[in-house]
Amino acid sequence: MDNRSDILVTLKERFGPDIISTDISGDMPSAIVSSKSLYDVIKFLKDAPETGYQFLTDLCGIHYPESELPLGIIYHLHNLRENRQIRIKAFVPLSKPEIETVTPLFNAANWMERETYDFYGIIFTGHPNLKRILNVEYLDFFPMRKEYPLEDPTREDKDNRFFGR
Amino acid sequence: MPVKDPHIIIQPEDTDKVYTTLNLGPTHPATHGIFQNILTMDGEIIIDAEQTVGYIHRAFEKIAEHRPYYQIKPLTDRMNYCSSPINNMGWDMTVEKLLGIKTNKKIDYMRIIIMELARITDHLICNSVIGVDSGALTGFTYVFQEREAIYEIYEEMCGARLTTNMGRIGGFERDFSAIAIKKLRELLKRLPDVLREFEKLLMRNRIFMDRTINVGGISAERALNYGFTGPNLRAAGVDYDVRVMNPYSSYNDFDFVIPVGTNGDTYDRFCVREEEMWQSIRLIENALENMPEGNYHVDVPGIFLPPKEDVYSKMEALIYHFKIVMGEIGVPPGEVYHAVEGGNGELGFYLVSDGGRKPYRLHFRRPCFIYYQAFPEMIRGSVLSDAILTMSSMNVIAGELDA
Repeated sequence: MDNRSDILVTLKERFGPDIISTDISGDMPSAIVSSKSLYDVIKFLKDAPETGYQFLTDLCGIHYPESELPLGIIYHLHNLRENRQIRIKAFVPLSKPEIETVTPLFNAANWMERETYDFYGIIFTGHPNLKRILNVEYLDFFPMRKEYPLEDPTREDKDNRFFGR
Repeated sequence: MPVKDPHIIIQPEDTDKVYTTLNLGPTHPATHGIFQNILTMDGEIIIDAEQTVGYIHRAFEKIAEHRPYYQIKPLTDRMNYCSSPINNMGWDMTVEKLLGIKTNKKIDYMRIIIMELARITDHLICNSVIGVDSGALTGFTYVFQEREAIYEIYEEMCGARLTTNMGRIGGFERDFSAIAIKKLRELLKRLPDVLREFEKLLMRNRIFMDRTINVGGISAERALNYGFTGPNLRAAGVDYDVRVMNPYSSYNDFDFVIPVGTNGDTYDRFCVREEEMWQSIRLIENALENMPEGNYHVDVPGIFLPPKEDVYSKMEALIYHFKIVMGEIGVPPGEVYHAVEGGNGELGFYLVSDGGRKPYRLHFRRPCFIYYQAFPEMIRGSVLSDAILTMSSMNVIAGELDA
């Protein structure tokens, strides 16, 4: 088994300043990459013979409202041959939440990107069918962003006797 | 904002031809759940399909961001409700991984018994429903008796049947009772005969084979690209099983076989599930025979609820009880991805904690949400009745699809 951080060194050599930071303290090596280089990084990880992360395990969004680049997209890739996993993150600004789609590389990304768009409003440029998937199509906000409360705390139409509070 | 008409989606290029649009679902008896397929048909041949999902979306990920850790487990029950104990155990192990809790062998073996029981119920339902959809109702009625027996064992273990909410973070709420062990042993004695009888009904049945072989096939390469996991991927010939590749809960103590298929068609998926049930029986037998001595929970005050009698008599236990129930105990900041082999694939939990009492972000990797995308590609060019068989053999569970 190779050293866990080898892949991060390879990425840094290949992409230089586009790899913003790396971390090996967690359960798997992870790297934050710039949003403009994300597609190339994922393509390199998938296709290059020395990497071979051919399986997209998971793709999801995250929102840090305090941060300068608040919206994040997190990719989990898996090298099934050598059983190595890697986590790639990219962050985009709220004013221009755009990132290149990875659907040409992974068909599995199609619905996962639609789900991320649906809940976080991240626009995946080049996606073949970017529309809402789990929520209704006429919803005019992105419900997983942190500014939306789970329930309107000021609502008064519920009779609290029936809800045990 | 105007609502677009969702039903007219496909513009056939050949204008001389008249295509029929057929709505399969959302509430169709053959979909076994609430999701819609809009099929474009040329006679009985399917030209194209588009799925609409989200009819029972319940915002679990949003709810989970507002609940203390132990209150999230009931949400996981409701994803793949055919094998909810696997979801429960997966969630427990995710939080334990973040907290750095190491469970003892006794807990691991108890978990294996429960997870393999759940896998058997999941596969029993899926395989017998393939029979139902191909016109053989008999097998379904036979094996449902055994599913009922397994639900009775759940009842002895935790008091619930379908949405089990079984176990706790750090172990179990109680040890297996003597009645549970007795029922489990009776089941293990009876189940092989039932499975053999079920296989005799379908496995080499000429009609069933003609209906399922080369129906809804997918190649290994396409399956990997579509993010297939679980029995569906193994039927296509890729031997990826989370239990073997990233063993959790001491699965590496056991010797079991991962069945793989060749064509990735409906018949292969059926056979892979059948063989997995035999392997599950073996795993349960081994775990039950080699059950080590030990405590059924880890000693983690602040995470695991203290026994009730201590709460009434000891100050410390009372404090911990109060803090746990009120959800006042945080977990350290960090992020973790943990996957378990669910009934229909790799069930992953991606958990980000900021150190508070509730998750900052929790994402469920729901296997059937990911592999159901391949459905149009798998049924294009086949007839409608084959599409229904393909769908039931993919084991798409609406609760998991929509989370």
